[in-house]
Amino acid sequence: MPMVEVAGKSFEVDEEGYLTNLADWNQDIAGYLAQEEKVEMTDSHWEVVNFLREYYEEYQIAPAVRVLTKAISKKLGAEKGNNKYLYELFPYGPAKQACKIAGLPKPTGCI
Amino acid sequence: MSDMMDDMEGGEGVVKKFMFVNRKAPHGTIYALEGLEVVLVSAAFDQDVSMVFVDDGVYELIKGMNTKGIEVKDFSKTYRALDGYDIEKLYVEQSSMDARGLTEADLIVDVTVLDSAEMASLMAEQDVVISY
Repeated sequence: MPMVEVAGKSFEVDEEGYLTNLADWNQDIAGYLAQEEKVEMTDSHWEVVNFLREYYEEYQIAPAVRVLTKAISKKLGAEKGNNKYLYELFPYGPAKQACKIAGLPKPTGCI
Repeated sequence: MSDMMDDMEGGEGVVKKFMFVNRKAPHGTIYALEGLEVVLVSAAFDQDVSMVFVDDGVYELIKGMNTKGIEVKDFSKTYRALDGYDIEKLYVEQSSMDARGLTEADLIVDVTVLDSAEMASLMAEQDVVISY
């Protein structure tokens, strides 16, 4: 497995660049993964990333986009729980990019 | 399986009844986890999906699982995500529960308990039954 080094710490990632071990995650590696995805992190980005981490903690999976938007809508409001908002933050797909930055595996039920 | 894909691609708006039958204990084989993932993926196709837990499959829904000792992921919490995927039809068989000393209170999600005859007629109604 490939390794990346960020802020003096080594992280194992898979061939697509997803963090292998969820527990390794911290803000530094998140910042690195965001850079790799060419996403400039703002508070709105972190809100989604943190939401995903909480979702994973509770259900042990990364949600499909449809499920993510619905869950965000429920918790953070409809103005954030829609595709337009999420794709503006993560142009290559909230599931792919936000999950990667959050250190989660690739979403289940994502096609 | 190829019939299933053809129907999904060609028949827009066609909703079939899919039942996924879980018969095995959660760990020791990959069936339970893989079966759960198939169900999560199937949710994307907007079909009428139900899950059934019979025989040792009822153990998949046990509350308070701890898999540390066998060093595998505890995916039992994932059954609670099914609701968010609009998969709300979960059935368990009464005699499978009784044989293992389980009641609904032991399970991590809300289920409908059916006796064997009810389960059989529910299965007979399905378009597709996939068993693990």
